[in-house]
Amino acid sequence: MATVELRNLRKTYLHEEIIKGVSLVIAEREFIVFVGPSGCGKSTLLRMIAGLEDISAGDLLIDGQRVNDTEPARRGLAMVFQSYALYPHMNVYRNMEFSLRLAGMPEAERRQRIGDVARILQLDPYLDHKPGQLSGGQRQRVAIGRAIVRNPRVFLFDEPLSNLDAALRGQMRVELASLHRRLGATTIYVTHDQVEAMTMADRIVVLNKGVVEQIGTPLELYHRPRNLFVARFMGSPPMNLLPVTINAQIPEGSVQVRTETLSVSIPTQQTGLEAGAPATLGIRPEHIRIDPQGAVQGVIEISERLGAVTLLHVRLPDGQMIVVQTGGDNADRADTPIRMTFEEEHCHLFDADGMALARSTDHPLLAGA
Amino acid sequence: MARTSTHMRHAAITVLAWGIALWMFFPILWMVLTGFKSEPDAISTPPHFFFSPTISSYQDVFARENYWHFATNSVVISAMATVVALLVSVPAAYAMAFLPGPRTRMTLLWMLSTRMLPSVGVLVPIYLLARATGLLDSRTGLIVIYMLTNLPITVWMLYTFFREVPVAILEAGRMDGATRWQEVTQVLMPLALPGIASTGLLSLILCWNETFWSLNLTSSIAAPLTTFIASFSSPEGLFFAKLSAASTLAVAPIMVFGWVSQKQLVRGLTFGAVK
Amino acid sequence: MDKVAVHTSVMARPAASAARSRRLQGFVLQSPAIVLLLVWSVVPLLMTLWYSVRNYNLVDPTQQGFAGINNYWYLLTDPDFMTSLENTAILVGGVLAISVGLGTLLAVLYNEEFAGRGIARILVISPFFIMPTVAALLWKNLMLHPIYGVYSAMMRAVGLTPVDWLSRYPLATLVMIVAWEWLPFAVLILLTAIQSLDTEQKEAARMDGAGMVAQFINITLPHLSRAITVVIMIETIFLLTVFAEISVTTAGGPGVASTNLAFLIYSRALLQFDVGGASAGGVVAIVVANVVAAFLLRAVARNLET
Repeated sequence: MATVELRNLRKTYLHEEIIKGVSLVIAEREFIVFVGPSGCGKSTLLRMIAGLEDISAGDLLIDGQRVNDTEPARRGLAMVFQSYALYPHMNVYRNMEFSLRLAGMPEAERRQRIGDVARILQLDPYLDHKPGQLSGGQRQRVAIGRAIVRNPRVFLFDEPLSNLDAALRGQMRVELASLHRRLGATTIYVTHDQVEAMTMADRIVVLNKGVVEQIGTPLELYHRPRNLFVARFMGSPPMNLLPVTINAQIPEGSVQVRTETLSVSIPTQQTGLEAGAPATLGIRPEHIRIDPQGAVQGVIEISERLGAVTLLHVRLPDGQMIVVQTGGDNADRADTPIRMTFEEEHCHLFDADGMALARSTDHPLLAGA
Repeated sequence: MARTSTHMRHAAITVLAWGIALWMFFPILWMVLTGFKSEPDAISTPPHFFFSPTISSYQDVFARENYWHFATNSVVISAMATVVALLVSVPAAYAMAFLPGPRTRMTLLWMLSTRMLPSVGVLVPIYLLARATGLLDSRTGLIVIYMLTNLPITVWMLYTFFREVPVAILEAGRMDGATRWQEVTQVLMPLALPGIASTGLLSLILCWNETFWSLNLTSSIAAPLTTFIASFSSPEGLFFAKLSAASTLAVAPIMVFGWVSQKQLVRGLTFGAVK
Repeated sequence: MDKVAVHTSVMARPAASAARSRRLQGFVLQSPAIVLLLVWSVVPLLMTLWYSVRNYNLVDPTQQGFAGINNYWYLLTDPDFMTSLENTAILVGGVLAISVGLGTLLAVLYNEEFAGRGIARILVISPFFIMPTVAALLWKNLMLHPIYGVYSAMMRAVGLTPVDWLSRYPLATLVMIVAWEWLPFAVLILLTAIQSLDTEQKEAARMDGAGMVAQFINITLPHLSRAITVVIMIETIFLLTVFAEISVTTAGGPGVASTNLAFLIYSRALLQFDVGGASAGGVVAIVVANVVAAFLLRAVARNLET
């Protein structure tokens, strides 16, 4: 297993910089997820690590060795492509055998290896099938198998689950996670789906327009987003964001913000906030409580019942919409006026530039992080 | 009521479609039939649909008209021109599809534009060049010219087929450790083989049926079937049965090729613009 | 500051060299095709231009030297030349009109379900694979021959007097013969294009109350526009140089009634041995083709983007 280090990696394509200096150290056995909206550069970054794209500037190190100019196959990586990229003219066995054959591995050893991998992935019955005869999930497994047989130092995944239906995606997510635990291989995984990122990653790298917005564990990103972009991107349903004005800073580490119709005090260690400055208040749907004595009022427009939870889309008096997550047994119907309380210790505050202001309380799971 | 009108429409379509199809095909059918007639039968008025078939005209074509000489020329010239065109255009199309540069698009369009140069515009210099180099009435001369006139089409067609190969599969090959050569021979070629085959087929058809250069640059030694058939435009053409037998023999192989490969021909002939 | 510059240049080099080696590989692979086509398209062209301003006759060595624009002048003032240009336009335009117009209708027809559709389609497209010399002789002798031809027999059967088509209406008959060869091509391409038409679009139009004709005009025809462009382009390339059909049927006659530009140049060069005059004609042919090609290539370039 291996470490991967990115030192100020840059990629320029036709005079346009699309990766603008990414630095990152990936530890052995770590499962790293690159996440971001389409066009953020996450796939390009992965392909640079794979060796499929030239690196315009910066250094890429695998196990401490600079591999910028090393051929893809010699970097000790294996990649699972979004389209699986199976060789359509070879059966499953041949697909997995191809790299071993090119590497000159003896026949007996090849058969042994492929047999082992096929067993792990339950592909035994399909070894002589062509990819065209397999279902999406099976093809996915073959693609993973083709990566595993090479015994690579690092696994690269490029949106591997995006072509599967929702149920299969959930199942493969769990399989991939357990496969990672079993093989313990360093893994870099690209996705645009923040659920995949949250559930599988040891650490997540949020990318936006070729720039790293934040690197951290899933819970760090969820509870301590560094800026508005990350706050918006992580979490489903997304965080509610309301434009507010700083009212006044209260000496004992909190600040009061208000809109025309509500006012909230948020604990913060940030100092030097100017009264009257614009800011953004962020609060996740699960941190808004329905409370008959609550200070915030609104009218339910739509109630989405997901079973375990119910999402209430509430219109505030100033016309803004927010989403409130309540229990699945909530009986409120559309057009009902309700009152709510924002849990102040869970509120986020972002300044006019979209940067998060320092918090004074923290999530218990993150204590010490 | 609605049902009967649907039936009527269906019947009308069937009749119309088959009527036009038979009318279009009739000259070819008549040619094949006439080839099996005796000469008197062939020019009987009114023409006979039913007659006692004979293969004497075919025997005549083989025995007296030196058919094999011309057929061999057609086969050799078409095959050689196609093979050489493929050898030159496969690497070029590969580079354009998988190693594109800023000028690739311009190069492709320029190649196509050379195909639009009317051959008659350069008839004089080519004729004089061929005469000066001893390539007049030689297979080599026609092979070179056919290869050159078909090159833009084969490059375009192969480029279209190569572009349809998912790049990710080639990248997977590279990740698996394939060298450029292995990537081409073990991953790309098996995938693109049908495309290469139909490109070759189209080139064969175009060479086989080419008439401008063959009529102007060959007379006997290197004359292919097109020139052979043209010789029937003399009064000898009044031997209808023999003309028909010879024509049938000249078009049959390539027509069968055409039937088999019509789908791929569309893509090739339209440079991928029509799917 | 110097240090920084050195540092970045060291880092940038490997990437640049990888890109350069890839471009070099691409260049090497393409160069045989490019060099061949360059020679093929430039050398004869320059030679044609050169001969077109020379006095040069293959059988009369006394004629030589610089001719200036004499060859062009002689050609442009020759009534035969104007006739041949006209004939070329009629031939190209007539065949295009028939093959595209009829071809579109036939493509719609053969897209319908009916018994034996596959076979009927193959029958319709077959003439495309017939070599021009065979097609021309087939029509001249077996179909249209005033005594023995099938069409003449049919006319006699209904009490009409057979017509010697190729001497009475040489150009129109040639248009017909060439259209018979090229109509199948149009059908083949347009049929393929129609098959790619999204049926949901047509269904949506039917839900909106469009009848057969309205569907054809508003849905099918716009969908076919690109394919029609392609048909026009390809056919024009070939139709501009129709030669064999004329050579084996009318030999350009009677007089020059069925002589197109290609046949005129051929007869100047290889029948009258007037290299200079034929070359001037060749230059005109190239200019005409380039004007047409400029329009057509633009259409293809557009298709290339998608």
